[in-house]
Amino acid sequence: MATPAQAVTANRLNDGEVVYLDAAGNWAESLDESKFVTDKAEAQQLLEQGEKSVDDRVVLDPYLFDVTIENGVAIPVKKREHIRANGPTVRLDLGKQAAEPVEFKKAS
Amino acid sequence: MYRYDEFDQQLVNERVEQFRGQVARRLSGELEEDEFKPLRLMNGLYLQLHAYMLRVAIPYGTLSSKQMRMLAHIARKYDRDYGHFTTRQNIQYNWPKLGDVPDILKDLATVEMHAIQTSGNCIRNVTSDQYAGVAADEIEDPRIASEIIRQWSTLHPEFSFLPRKFKIAVTGSPHDRAAIKVHDIGLIIVRNDKGEVGFEVYVGGGQGRTPMVGPRIREFLPKNELLAYLEAILRVYNELGRRDNLYKARIKILVHQTGAEKFAQMVEDEFAKIDKTGELNLPNDEIERITAYFADPAYKELPTISADFQAKKSEDPAFAAWVANNVAEHKVPGYAIVNISLKPIGGIPGDASADQMDAIADLMQKYSMDEIRVTHEQNLTLPYVEQGDLYDLWQSLKAHDLATANISQITDIIACPGLDYCNLANARSIPLAQEISERFGTGERADAIGELKIKISGCINACGHHHVGHIGILGVDKKGVEFYQITLGGSADENASLGDIVGPAFTEDKVIDAIETIVDTYLDKKQDGEKFLETYRRVGLAPFKETLYAAG
Ligand code: HEM
Ligand code: SF4
Repeated sequence: MATPAQAVTANRLNDGEVVYLDAAGNWAESLDESKFVTDKAEAQQLLEQGEKSVDDRVVLDPYLFDVTIENGVAIPVKKREHIRANGPTVRLDLGKQAAEPVEFKKAS
Repeated sequence: MYRYDEFDQQLVNERVEQFRGQVARRLSGELEEDEFKPLRLMNGLYLQLHAYMLRVAIPYGTLSSKQMRMLAHIARKYDRDYGHFTTRQNIQYNWPKLGDVPDILKDLATVEMHAIQTSGNCIRNVTSDQYAGVAADEIEDPRIASEIIRQWSTLHPEFSFLPRKFKIAVTGSPHDRAAIKVHDIGLIIVRNDKGEVGFEVYVGGGQGRTPMVGPRIREFLPKNELLAYLEAILRVYNELGRRDNLYKARIKILVHQTGAEKFAQMVEDEFAKIDKTGELNLPNDEIERITAYFADPAYKELPTISADFQAKKSEDPAFAAWVANNVAEHKVPGYAIVNISLKPIGGIPGDASADQMDAIADLMQKYSMDEIRVTHEQNLTLPYVEQGDLYDLWQSLKAHDLATANISQITDIIACPGLDYCNLANARSIPLAQEISERFGTGERADAIGELKIKISGCINACGHHHVGHIGILGVDKKGVEFYQITLGGSADENASLGDIVGPAFTEDKVIDAIETIVDTYLDKKQDGEKFLETYRRVGLAPFKETLYAAG
């Protein structure tokens, strides 16, 4: 079963790293740790929570993006978010994928 | 080579400390992002997909070995061991941390480098011919004018907040290697009937969303009046350029909407008002002072042809192939201009590792009087190599994977960072360049195809110059899926033209085959000795459309 969902992402202020808002309200480096929401009101709330950390100088430009949850794994709908979640497709030794290959990497 | 005077050095040092304060205030919360963003952009710092990106200016593309070593040092110490040379003769670092950037800028300042004017609505880093000062066909070294423009435009108060960014390019040869007709202002150094040297002035060229080849507005501008005339152009633009619409703000739109002739007249009217005896006058001694910085190095007297070099060429076909593709004629007998390809087969166009940069720095010292140029085609050029050294140089380059013999061939591809790095991208560019490069490689087939410039951009901003590629590829996004639109017949040289869209866009898995179909169609239609662009200009779009879409 594939369920559409959303998550909030941003870039961290001090180093630009791609981060995701997790269930505890912290910014995690891996998409796996992100909080996923399926309803509109929840999504709005999550985004507002993310926007607060702009004022707290933790992140820049938070926004919602779409994923599909398949067998418990969140797969970003857009290529752009795949690449943000992993790193450059032309340098697999760089970005998040360098530390830990992400499962959905091959999905398109 | 131009050396900073005290004023330059002080200005750059002050800017570094100013930015250090700004970063500290951003991190402590005294500055909001809205306030900080324009400041960081003025210092060449962007936010990309994965991290910040720092763009470092390389004025008219010239570097010393000391500077090259500093670029390597920065890649190692603050980044991920590599840098990316771009079409604007800049280098970009893709992974710096915000807090490190003031230190990076400080390190750069120690070798007279900076990131000023690499961003923002100012007059950007002036670009020029990578063969400046050494080209056999050169009328005068374009770096002299470039430097004069740089000094005048750096932090010019009247032009720090133009309607939009402003790019100037200068060439000193009739064969344009600096793409001057697709710049906001393009200058060609020419000699008039009386034998005087001056400038032919083009204005309003550009790429991006609305590509245009700039029209000529002045046939001959005397040298001493250069700054007064540029100032006149900028005043007209500053007053009339549109600030309300980002997409209509470049000077090309103003020139296009006004009409080239009328625009030229407005510039002449403004020019007439400028006091040409005042500070905009360029006295001959000032021109001479700057010219001296670019004086010829101490060339040796060498035989026109080195016998040793000729012998090596006949002994070693791989060397001969490299010479044929990558080495250009030098104005001084016995010397050669050497192009180092940053396009290894299957590699990332324009990327160089820190180790490669250090190796190149050694070679610059050993073989090219300590100097190198960065080209707008994302390659490097050693300007002063003795023919007798070419074989040794080639072997050293080979050892560092820098001897790909493909300059101007189908694998010498320009590609922007695209969706692998860029926040604005619609699609990836680099993987396409890699696949095309793998498909055609070097050797017989690539030689048969000959000169063919492929240029790829990941979105309509056209940083990869796709509009002026003989084959241009533009990434578009269709519902989150990457598609690629192909144009044919663009060119950025003295006969500049914009490419024609061949038809509906291709998916990622079809686009490489489409390129091959285009190449095969060319080889089929080609007449004796014709290059791709010549065949295209003769036969037009129709045969290509047919072979590309016929199978349906
Ligand atoms: C990495 C982040 C980059 C961003 C955000 C960016 C942004 C832009 C934008 C918005 C434009 C369109 C400007 C206009 O038409 O008014 C543009 C044009 C251009 N950029 Fe970039 N660019 C980036 C990277 C690069 C790179 C890597 C290169 C060199 C390879 C480059 C070279 C150029 C050139 C040559 C143009 C078009 C020429 C013109 O100004 O008409 N840019 N860029
Ligand atoms: S052309 Fe588009 S995708 Fe490529 S670097 Fe420029 S802004 Fe980014």
